[in-house]
Amino acid sequence: MDVENIIYHGRIKVPYKWYVGETGSRFFIGLRDNKELWGNRCPKCDRVYVPPIKTCWECFVPTKEWVKLKDTGTVESFTVTHYSEGVAPKDVPIIYGLIKIDGADGSLLHFIGDVEPGDVSVGMRVKAVFAEERTGSILDIKHFVPSNE
Amino acid sequence: MGKRVAVVGFGQTKGRSSRKDVNGVEIINEAVVAALADAELTIDDIDAIVIGNMDHFEGINYVDSWSVEGSGGVMKPIFKVTTGGTTGTTVAMCAYYHAASGMFDRVLAIGWEKNSESDTTGAIITAFDPVWERPNLGGAIAGLALEASKYMDNYEVTERDGARVAVRERLHALNNPYAHLHQEWMKGMEVDQLVELLVTSEQNQVLAYPLRMSDMCPRSDGAAAVIFASEDVAEKIAPIPAWMVATANRHNFALAGDVDMDRNTTMASASKAAFEKAGIKEPLKEIDVCELYLPYSYAGLKWMEDLGFCGYGEGPKLLWDGVTDMDGELPVNPSGGVMSSNAIGATGLIRVGEAAIQIMGKAGTRQVPKDVNFALATGFGGCYWADVMLLGKKKPA
Ligand SMILES: [Zn+2]
Repeated sequence: MDVENIIYHGRIKVPYKWYVGETGSRFFIGLRDNKELWGNRCPKCDRVYVPPIKTCWECFVPTKEWVKLKDTGTVESFTVTHYSEGVAPKDVPIIYGLIKIDGADGSLLHFIGDVEPGDVSVGMRVKAVFAEERTGSILDIKHFVPSNE
Repeated sequence: MGKRVAVVGFGQTKGRSSRKDVNGVEIINEAVVAALADAELTIDDIDAIVIGNMDHFEGINYVDSWSVEGSGGVMKPIFKVTTGGTTGTTVAMCAYYHAASGMFDRVLAIGWEKNSESDTTGAIITAFDPVWERPNLGGAIAGLALEASKYMDNYEVTERDGARVAVRERLHALNNPYAHLHQEWMKGMEVDQLVELLVTSEQNQVLAYPLRMSDMCPRSDGAAAVIFASEDVAEKIAPIPAWMVATANRHNFALAGDVDMDRNTTMASASKAAFEKAGIKEPLKEIDVCELYLPYSYAGLKWMEDLGFCGYGEGPKLLWDGVTDMDGELPVNPSGGVMSSNAIGATGLIRVGEAAIQIMGKAGTRQVPKDVNFALATGFGGCYWADVMLLGKKKPA
């Protein structure tokens, strides 16, 4: 049949907002107001979580003890993306790194910057650079850069 | 035939318009911790987890894995179930089936929602057909108003009848510390006086005729968790387990124009099937308490008829006679129901949990003043999805 195939274009935009919760808020406030990274420690297995979580997923107990961490860490893994999805807050190429913050277990997903992609390696030491204008989000860390610390 | 299964624990958060102090994972955890404490179990005792919400309300599409820190689901089997308004009852059914299968002895059912994190109507519209209904009719209120309007015309029902349902639900909610709406101003006032106020007050805005603000459920943040146990362990966990006697569900997915506006045919069919299975012939006499998913007031009239508690058009009489009040023959929604608390993904599961604690004798200030041998819980969702669960004190044969 020779019928024009009609398309109906949606107009729905759901205005989501997410409450970070007291635990996550405390992390972001430290980042925003004092350029500090805080994690929390499980009283049972001693693991230190960054980002902080309210309940240790392994032990199922509250992780109430706050631990101030350094702003340095090690690259656990990384990748360089050369395509743009339009949602990333920077232009390609973007270097994504899993950064194991000193004193924490597990890694923080963030950007690696001020470095040629070819010069990044697993195990490289990095240090956080904080954003000039901080609003209480994970982007209050601008990126991690190579460091001798 | 599977194993016999009972509810052995229940936990819930207090419904609130927004829980700014916790994220979704954390509110889930509050309900889980409460349910485990209620059953005197630890997370290590749980063999499988079923979890549900309406994804579009929070915009998180892999809730099962995202929430493990809160649910305790690390390295356990987890299943996500989401069926719209019925999510909570479907989660309960799915948990029941898992325990009945003989493969899992203790199954944790979780329902939750943070309605404060999006626009409820905007999100509900995404459940409607994108081409035929989203552009012109969408959301919950207008669709339910169409049903109420038809029912009023069929049986000469008035706005006062609808308001009387709202008054019952809100008065009952005053007994429930977990209910979102606590309309303290209602305390000590006569039912007639309250009904009169609701139908005449200009503050009680008409949303879509005949539905006013007071005829609708709130949107809440909340979570609930119910623990189901197989017959091999149930009586060791709970002194009085609430046994699953019969369940049924019916869907007739349809565009609004296809729904039979005269009767709630899915609820009628599902309840008939469940009652037959349980050998219940006179629901009004044999069932002791109900926790029904009544999302708006007129459902408390018409759907009572479809559930077989009275004849067609007799819903208002049953209500005005006080039969469904706390001290009536068939108390309906001692918790205050959906019209007093509606964290959507939790709502159906709360009905099951509330029905269970009436049997277990653990309902505290909202415990009905009578023996409870059978408690009925229902779920309702868009496109007239109906879930029915009958719980009993006596271990099924
Ligand atoms: Zn731990």
